[in-house]
Amino acid sequence: MILLLEQLLNGLQFGVMLFLMAAGLTLVFGIMGLINLAHGSLYMIGAYAAAWATLQTGSFLLGLLAGLTAAAVIGMALEAAILRRLYAREHLDQVLATFGVILFCNEAVAMIFGRQPLMAGPPAWLSGSVEIVPGVPYPVYRLAIIATGLVVAAGLYLLISRTRIGMLVRAGATHRELVGALGVRIGLLYTAVFGLGALLAGLAGALTGPLLAVQVGMGERILITTFVVIVIGGLGSVRGALAGAMLVGMVDTLTRGFLPAALRAVLPASEADALGSGLSSMAVFILMAIVLLWRPRGLFPAHA
Amino acid sequence: MRESPRQIIVLAISFALLAALPWIAGAVGRPDFVTLGSQACVMAIAAASLDLLMGRTGLPSFGHAAWLGLGAYTVGILAFHARDLGPWALQAWAVWPLAVLVPAALAAVIGALCLRTSGISFIMITLAFAQMFFFLFVALKTYGGDDGLTLRRRSTIPGIAPRDDVAFFYVCLVALVLVLLLLRRVAASRFGTVLDGIRQNERRMMAMGLAPFPYKLAAFVLSAAIAGLAGALHVNLFRFASPDVLHWTMSGELMVMVVLGGLGSLWGAVFGAAAMVVLHAVLAQWTEHWQIVLGPILVAVVLLARRGVWGALGGK
Repeated sequence: MILLLEQLLNGLQFGVMLFLMAAGLTLVFGIMGLINLAHGSLYMIGAYAAAWATLQTGSFLLGLLAGLTAAAVIGMALEAAILRRLYAREHLDQVLATFGVILFCNEAVAMIFGRQPLMAGPPAWLSGSVEIVPGVPYPVYRLAIIATGLVVAAGLYLLISRTRIGMLVRAGATHRELVGALGVRIGLLYTAVFGLGALLAGLAGALTGPLLAVQVGMGERILITTFVVIVIGGLGSVRGALAGAMLVGMVDTLTRGFLPAALRAVLPASEADALGSGLSSMAVFILMAIVLLWRPRGLFPAHA
Repeated sequence: MRESPRQIIVLAISFALLAALPWIAGAVGRPDFVTLGSQACVMAIAAASLDLLMGRTGLPSFGHAAWLGLGAYTVGILAFHARDLGPWALQAWAVWPLAVLVPAALAAVIGALCLRTSGISFIMITLAFAQMFFFLFVALKTYGGDDGLTLRRRSTIPGIAPRDDVAFFYVCLVALVLVLLLLRRVAASRFGTVLDGIRQNERRMMAMGLAPFPYKLAAFVLSAAIAGLAGALHVNLFRFASPDVLHWTMSGELMVMVVLGGLGSLWGAVFGAAAMVVLHAVLAQWTEHWQIVLGPILVAVVLLARRGVWGALGGK
């Protein structure tokens, strides 16, 4: 029971991280029609910049700031230099060009920081645990991530549904040409949306860094899971991204937490662990297949 | 698809050079060129099979490495159990057809699921299924898990010594030529014409009274089957099957080969594959960080040279 509560919170935390990634990816897809494989690279850049700055200055907040800035600046530069030319292209071209960007970013990071992972733990004021219910300690840092993610999700909701920029974003997602024809500077809007997506990816990277090893290739791992999230949620839908992120976060964490133990009842321990971890890595993909069988356009199709 | 005179000349020269590769390698004292040539043939088979989907049918699959890997692991796993199964599990005539059939059978199921979606969802769901197989083989500790599965000796082909790299190169070359002839026949057939039509305008094909789904599924299965053959050759070439063959970057590289050569032209896929294999070898010799060069090349090809190597050869 205690274990279940812990795993549920872990699932929530992973889901929140996935949402930060998926929101940017799905907004960029919904508005610009771009499928950006390099979104994972922005996550990696955020994580590296944050870990490096934290190790240099000793301050977690400065690190966080560095991660956000690096991801947003590099993201917008990438948009202006390369990705802008891809908006009108076929998805295949977008996939290939951004695949090239991934290769470049991974190798550049490996040349600058080396192949050894960077380790920067959570700051002193966020380490340790609290008892969420009596007898169940839970790391403060993970709670902080959950809180940050929920605040960002709420902020994003307000931004999109209540502000003028949000109105343009919504209009741009459904009637792209018309918004341009009405005199909105669509290029600027695109860069702003891309920058926002990059910022969120950088935030996810900077926050996740202290929990995992910061290393080359971390971006693609989460990118592919993020794809699963936005396909389940419905491409282009932020609401769908939130639902998909929570679903995938929970399914992934819970199968990882409980499947190996369940298999141990029928198999020898070492094989059960290996098979269990393999099967739980497959779980989210099976979930996606089931959702697509039931609803080929995802749970919340954006352009219904 | 008619080739231009220039393309025919280039084609003739390329295949003549390829056929003479072992002598050339011997003359310049670089026996490793033979392995490189075999690798180019194997990747060309895989890329040509992907071109049937991407170029002809208009289905951009981002999970083609799955079929390559399944073909490779079919050969590897049968050889691993050869002691229990009997000597047939080491014979090419028995094992290679299975390496074609296993991916084809799985592709029939997975293809039926993937083809419910289209466009960007199709790209992602094919990627997801390939990742699923990747994680499965990483988890199968019996077959090496992360470290991969070593093939103690190549599949037995009567009359060919298993350690003879030159002979194996010719096996790969013959397989490539046979696959290309098959795919050309397919392209010229009614089936191929329907696939062309589906790519150009699926709705019109439906209006003409053709249900696209069986055709698309057939193309998906045929493509996976040929990729399975490429996988069987791949595991034999390196005597090693590893989850790397199933990794998503392999799927990406196969797509790059097809586009680099020129989408929808069968020969283009061959040139694209050869170009990538050679580019890898050259860049890797020059710097450990060869991907930092490959990435921008890729971006430039997509942005500037849409028709690829083969299209450029054909003139306008």
